[in-house]
Amino acid sequence: MSDIRYATLDANEAVARIAHATNEVIAIYPITPASPMGEIADTMSAMEQKNIFGTVPEVVEMQSEGGAAGAVHGVLQAGALSTTFTASQGLLLMIPNMYKIAGELTPTVFHIAARTLATHALSIFGDHSDVMAVRQTGWAMLAANSVQEAHDFSLIAQTASLQSRIPFVHFFDGFRTSHEVNKIALIETDQIREMIDMDAVKAHRDRALDPDQPVLRGTAQNPDVFFQAREAANPFYEATPEIVQATMDQFARLTGRAYRLFEYVGAKDAEQVIVMMGSGCGAAEEAVNALAARGDKVGLLKVRLYRPFDVGKLIDTLPATTKAIAVLDRTKEPGSVGEPLYQDVVCALGQHAATGPSRFASMPRVIGGRYGLSSKEFTPAMVASVFENLRQKQPQRSFTVGIYDDVSNTSLPWNRDFSTEPDDVHRAVFYGLGSDGTVGATKNTVKIIGESTDLHAQGYFVYDSKKSGSVTVSHLRFGPRPIHSTYLIERANFVGCHQFQFLHRIDVLKSAIPGATLLLNSPYPADEVWDQLPQEVQGQIIEKQLKVFVVDALQIAADVGLGGRINTVMQTCFFALSGVLPREEAVKQIKKAISKTYERKGETVLQRNHEAVDAALAAIEQVKVPAKATSELHQLPPIQGEMSDFVERVTARIIAGEGDLLPVSAFPVDGTFPTATAKLEKRSIANEIPIWDPEICIACGLCALVCPHAAIRSKIFSNEANGHRPDSFQSIPWKGKEFQNYSLTIQVAPDDCTGCRVCVDVCPARSKEVAKHKAINMEPKLPHLEAERANFDYFLSLPEADRTHVPADTIKGSQLLEPLFEFSGACAGCGETPYLKLLTQLFGDRLLVANATGCSSIYGGNLPTTPWTVDDQGRGPAWSNSLFEDNGEFGLGMRLAVNQKTDYAQTLLRELQGDLDPRLVENLLEDYPVITEEAIAARRELIEQLRTQLRKLDSHRAAELNQLADSLVPRSVWVVGGDGWAFDIGFGGLDHVLASGFNVNVLVLDTGVYSNTGGQSSKATPRAAVAKFAARGKSIRKKDLGMLAVAYGNVYVAQIAMGANPNQTLKVFQEAESYPGPSLILAYSHCIAHGIDISTSMTHQKDAVRSGFWPLYRYDPRLAYAGEQPFRLDCRKPSMPFAQFAAKEGRFAILSRSDPERSARLMELAQRDIDDQWHYYEQLAGVERDMTNGEEDSQT
Amino acid sequence: MNVNLSTNYLGLKLTSPLVPSSSPLTGDIDQLLRLQEAGAGAVVLPSLFEETIRHEEVEVAGLYDYQDHTYAESLSYFPELPDYKLGPDHYLFQLERAKKTLRIPVIASLNGSSLSGWSDYASQMQDAGADALELNIYFVPTDPNESPSQVEERYIELISAVEEKITLPIAVKIGPFFTNLAFTARRLVEAGADGLVLFNRYLEPDIDMEVPAVEPKLVLSNPHELRLPLRWLAILSALEMDGASLAATSGIHSAADAIKAIAAGAHVAMLASSLLQKGPAHLATILEEMATWLDEHEYTSVQQLTGSMNRSNSPNMSAFERANYAKALVSFSDRTI
Repeated sequence: MSDIRYATLDANEAVARIAHATNEVIAIYPITPASPMGEIADTMSAMEQKNIFGTVPEVVEMQSEGGAAGAVHGVLQAGALSTTFTASQGLLLMIPNMYKIAGELTPTVFHIAARTLATHALSIFGDHSDVMAVRQTGWAMLAANSVQEAHDFSLIAQTASLQSRIPFVHFFDGFRTSHEVNKIALIETDQIREMIDMDAVKAHRDRALDPDQPVLRGTAQNPDVFFQAREAANPFYEATPEIVQATMDQFARLTGRAYRLFEYVGAKDAEQVIVMMGSGCGAAEEAVNALAARGDKVGLLKVRLYRPFDVGKLIDTLPATTKAIAVLDRTKEPGSVGEPLYQDVVCALGQHAATGPSRFASMPRVIGGRYGLSSKEFTPAMVASVFENLRQKQPQRSFTVGIYDDVSNTSLPWNRDFSTEPDDVHRAVFYGLGSDGTVGATKNTVKIIGESTDLHAQGYFVYDSKKSGSVTVSHLRFGPRPIHSTYLIERANFVGCHQFQFLHRIDVLKSAIPGATLLLNSPYPADEVWDQLPQEVQGQIIEKQLKVFVVDALQIAADVGLGGRINTVMQTCFFALSGVLPREEAVKQIKKAISKTYERKGETVLQRNHEAVDAALAAIEQVKVPAKATSELHQLPPIQGEMSDFVERVTARIIAGEGDLLPVSAFPVDGTFPTATAKLEKRSIANEIPIWDPEICIACGLCALVCPHAAIRSKIFSNEANGHRPDSFQSIPWKGKEFQNYSLTIQVAPDDCTGCRVCVDVCPARSKEVAKHKAINMEPKLPHLEAERANFDYFLSLPEADRTHVPADTIKGSQLLEPLFEFSGACAGCGETPYLKLLTQLFGDRLLVANATGCSSIYGGNLPTTPWTVDDQGRGPAWSNSLFEDNGEFGLGMRLAVNQKTDYAQTLLRELQGDLDPRLVENLLEDYPVITEEAIAARRELIEQLRTQLRKLDSHRAAELNQLADSLVPRSVWVVGGDGWAFDIGFGGLDHVLASGFNVNVLVLDTGVYSNTGGQSSKATPRAAVAKFAARGKSIRKKDLGMLAVAYGNVYVAQIAMGANPNQTLKVFQEAESYPGPSLILAYSHCIAHGIDISTSMTHQKDAVRSGFWPLYRYDPRLAYAGEQPFRLDCRKPSMPFAQFAAKEGRFAILSRSDPERSARLMELAQRDIDDQWHYYEQLAGVERDMTNGEEDSQT
Repeated sequence: MNVNLSTNYLGLKLTSPLVPSSSPLTGDIDQLLRLQEAGAGAVVLPSLFEETIRHEEVEVAGLYDYQDHTYAESLSYFPELPDYKLGPDHYLFQLERAKKTLRIPVIASLNGSSLSGWSDYASQMQDAGADALELNIYFVPTDPNESPSQVEERYIELISAVEEKITLPIAVKIGPFFTNLAFTARRLVEAGADGLVLFNRYLEPDIDMEVPAVEPKLVLSNPHELRLPLRWLAILSALEMDGASLAATSGIHSAADAIKAIAAGAHVAMLASSLLQKGPAHLATILEEMATWLDEHEYTSVQQLTGSMNRSNSPNMSAFERANYAKALVSFSDRTI
């Protein structure tokens, strides 16, 4: 056994290292929380890192997880070693291939960061619902409970698979293990070589498809032989447990770390035993050890090899004294006898009882329970409650633990005071903003402690669901022994509050134990800060006798040139105050860690961070804590404004961080939630907000159009408007002829603005005297806050403009329409949301949205609130997300339902026309030649009349028509998603929908990468751009999805860029909606993954068009039906070299720095792509078509 | 024709007094070879700008830091790359390559923004094999509370800092905007400058009223721009400051310009705009015409010409002073009326 090398890693990295070392082809597709494994493997190969066979593994990104599994299957059949990484729905998409791979007895390992399957809601977090959904595929399943085990089991699974020929699912818990940073002992390359049985590798290659020794595999079989042939593989399954154990034993000899198929810990004479697998074992083992130490007869059986399930080994591992067993499943199987592991254990005991002398004095009683769905906390206190339940004469069967189930009464109560946190483990929590670097710094801290001391360290990180102004909580433990506490810190010795404003909104001290240290990043010095603290915070500090320190980290960071990155300052202060290392040593190690982080990126940032370390130490001040809480300040309520009972009971508490405390009865049974809630969540995250100067405003409406968060609004109102108008509320006369004697106002929503500055950048009106002063200017928020709050309230109280009179065909007119998408949690300056907002302004009151999984489904539908909202009539977009891959079909389904409902309503109308006003019926059955706002208003008026008449009819059919009457208003069905969906995983379905002829509008928010999962390359990624999975710059040309759709001839297709040509954007939305067949809009959506200055992102779009990178065009089949030229370019010939545009984007510029030759080559090719594309489009613009007319060709 | 065209500059023996100054041309190894072929006495490579390096480093770090660890699904947005090639490495590689390829001396040029930047990069350039170093001092003082002497002290400090670190000869390229350039020049030489390059052409910004925006705009030099360095070459050459070399730059487009500059006191005449416009071969033309002129005027060497019209040696030394102004105006009026 060689000397042990330690490293601090998360499981994704720990696994990817082994997978990369032991495979030749790695097929990947991004999905949370498994994406980092693919990214790490890709980076290793990009850096020419070799596997143990001496070659650089080929890492290939596929169009979906189904594609990845197919590719792996092909690789394996052709005789190379292959793997993939996935989770959740991704694993489900692999199932068909998994059956094949297992059926063909093909060795491989799929590494799974186990994640919740989407049911009533999507969840990115961890549980076993995905892996349990493949337990029937014939794969072996090996569960790792910790980062160390994930590292070790990656190799054990690989070895055992090669030897057994059974493919392995190696799984570990998403986030809790995949993203936990822990100190682990590394497996050395030599040890990997020793573990891999080259004879087995040779045998695998010998079985490969090879024209020199041809065989046939993948036959079709008939009833005569299929059954027998299926049974032929049985001996391989029977042999596998022993092979796995032998592999574990071999591994133990090499590394000293020994594992068993089932592993028991606890009292030797235990009477109550928990059986479970996964990260929860960490918390359970901690509890069992504590309970056993006090004499409780309890134990834990950890299941390592779940499939093939070795009944004998399970029985042999249970203490003979076992009387009661609680099997904990991290999944839910509604309608079953019990969850899968429970059923396995019951069956195993049944078999044991039926086949011979029992190991037990009496048959143990077995109950099953669920815990930890979607990463729900699972703590030692909950474990103790499970044992308590087991001791009852009539224990709760099929229980839940970790929630309060007041509906089915399944939940076990637990004692929140029960803690097994040892005193010699130091526990710290840090509250930070996503943008301030707190998480990165804590990861570095774990590394420093883990790698430069004998201590063990663990880091775990909690993020909120917002992409702008998001709050992160970092949990850090360190102590003398390996740390297996797989739950959040509930008792902290140290609390770091890295943003002062959190004190007013978040209870950062809830986990602080008496005598703990509080470190505050404070703009106020020690002698002034006390009065700035809310009374609730003061009270806790006094009550818990906290030691309070302040440091003005923002000032130090600004002074050394680090902007808002306060992480280094706060990290240094933590080391100084915690005393984990002598101060000098700590400084040395922090600087070393900084050097490691930044050394490859130059001296400058490294030096600035080093300066921050030195400045931080000198700036820490201790606060003298008074005896009484005297502050006049109070913490703010989680939400403000008028709210429904549901929102108050549920949404407000989720926002307040109390979602864990909500009972089952609080929730809708089917995942249905109200819209119009984002407006209640006043996050107030901007430091600067736009302030309007009406003196020079030209009322163009651009600021409101481009605002990604609907935080800049324009509205017209009658000059006779009533209400209490604040003195600071400003307006100018409205000049349009549609509204006489009206005024216009431009108003900021001060607590909803993210401070992205995009509105200011696009404002075309400048002061003649001071050129930098525009009609809208960023100014510090605080001096304006109260006035603008009052102004915005007044603004909201003003009635909306009459839609039937608004000139919606102009930008300024369109911005008088109320946005029904507002205040989303998207990134500040998001390039997608302005399109969605415009969509709702135009058609929001009759809009159905099918939203592909991705950024837009997250900022659109991630609890606690949603930006989709309603107008004063209560109408607004109805929104749903099905999956990532099926969104086109999902939207088509909505259209079909809408059509059916309309048809049915019309049928009922005809049926009842004798009882109704014939003129009314005639009008309601009339088709719209053009759907105008006037027509819709008139139709709604008719429907009201219809309802009045229907109420007088006492018939079932009349009641039905009453229910469906609103279907007589045309619905606007939109399928919305990103390029990952439209170009890759959902393309097949999208293609089918476009070909269907149905009236479905598709809006592709094209960022050119998988933005939501962190910027992985898609087929929309342009050539020469650097993206994840394209680290050397994308070598192939962007797919021209628009032209594929144009090829159908009957699809309305347009390419738009709001920042380049807002009028064309507006026109396209209106044309697409009015076209009675399928429409496809490709919308240029800038993204932080482009590496751009977000504040100028909209004006940058002009260069995207000028350079020919993003030509604007429209293909309108209506022109084709009329025998005209249907394809029209909406932009001039490129007038700027592509390189000039690309130089302003990090995704292109970084390659010119890192690999200038390749960059030059790819940039030249990219320019040729553009030249060729323009040439092609120009020719297309001259082509006439004479297609059959729309009525024959499209279905509405 | 047998004119000795060699000259001494910064203690280096050059075969010709024509030296291509910093420009995109001198950043390309093929063009450098063509310049050597054309008869350049030495070459000055493009400047290494510390500010650019720092800016790029901050930009790259920012690219990776921005929004990292913000959201659970996207902990980063860009893949780590094998090499970012930041810092001076690329420049030093080019310098080494130029040294290996060329026979003539290679002068590295540096524009620093911090004392440590000046001295560290200078030291690295020396290690990379530069024959001399040109300090391209380029800053615009805008603080009304900073006195002229404080501004000049910044020059002295950085020259001293570099001089302490390296043994190479140092040329200092400055602008003309000093209260008393003669005084400043003397102090620069005392601080360690082995030569002065007159003058830096500051990239003056332009205003685009259509945007509106202030925009940097590169304008190539005109021959009339030589007048300013000509005067100061003549004045400084006459001072014989501890044997410091002088280089003329700005507005040298022809053999006549080069000859005038050398006569005023320049040891070398530097060219950029004319070479950018007409290509490296233009240097051969100038050199040939110079040689012809010298021969026709019975000069046997460039050294004879050097300083022959400086403030001490010219027949009318006061012309380099204030009187020149009145005279020029009068003669201008005479021509136009």
